[in-house]
Amino acid sequence: MDSNKYLDDITEIKNIMNRSSRFISLSGLSGVLAGIYALVGAFFAYLKLQEFANINPIDYSRTNSAPFGTSLILDLGTIAFCVIIAAMLTGILLSVRKAKKSNESIWNKSSQRLIVNFFLPLLAGGIFCLVLIQNGSSTLVSSATLLFYGLACVNASKYTLGDVRYMGIAFIILGLVSTQFLGYGLYFWALGFGLFHIIYGGMMYVKYDRK
Amino acid sequence: MSLIDNINKAFDHRIRLGIMSVLMVNDYADFKMLKELLGATDGNLASHAKALEKEEYIKVEKQFIGRKPNTRYSATKLGKLQFKKHIDALEKLIGK
Repeated sequence: MDSNKYLDDITEIKNIMNRSSRFISLSGLSGVLAGIYALVGAFFAYLKLQEFANINPIDYSRTNSAPFGTSLILDLGTIAFCVIIAAMLTGILLSVRKAKKSNESIWNKSSQRLIVNFFLPLLAGGIFCLVLIQNGSSTLVSSATLLFYGLACVNASKYTLGDVRYMGIAFIILGLVSTQFLGYGLYFWALGFGLFHIIYGGMMYVKYDRK
Repeated sequence: MSLIDNINKAFDHRIRLGIMSVLMVNDYADFKMLKELLGATDGNLASHAKALEKEEYIKVEKQFIGRKPNTRYSATKLGKLQFKKHIDALEKLIGK
């Protein structure tokens, strides 16, 4: 009879330790949706690239000509921007909904810590990628984004659901592998930001949200 | 027999257990954060915090942030040690 009370105590201790140090309202479904947006974005980017290749066949004999025109980079940038905004809005909205359901506040110590620790590596990576483009090593940009995103996830996982850590590690491995297949950046992006998000988001959804 | 000795009476309440749990994994917590996490009333939380402070298991710092008074709690070394012992004892009792 007493041992039941002790078990309750231990459960309560674990629960409070988790709730007070981790942001657990992160929604798995938002990961799945982010993955779908990424795949749609990658599809449009692929169309743009094809279109561009058809109009201006790359002439390698003119070595000093830039392979990508500014209009193409602008188009691709717009697609990427839309995907990121849509994914972030979905993430915020679904997390707010999940937090409301379980009577947690969305803006507290743990969510702030999560955001700071997630965006710190990501921001550094973003600036680094701009530098890569500046120096004309844009072929490495897709690997770098995957790598830094993975590092950001591993770093942030201490402040949210632990599963994010494994997704981060998967991204790091994919980023490193992609360095050996330069020129296929878009496919690796679709695999990582699209498929990995869907797989891990789905796993988290099944594990935590579906009740 | 000795197992029961390790069950610490000072932690034998949901709110006190909660305060210690929060302070084990966070360097510090303020009154409002504890209140939200534990779903306790002001008076209830204050009196349990006082009891833990008396045992020197937690440290209380009062300060002002701007003009607002702010009470910050952190676990002492002794508090962390005792709480660990308490958890170990609980786990052993369940294991039996």
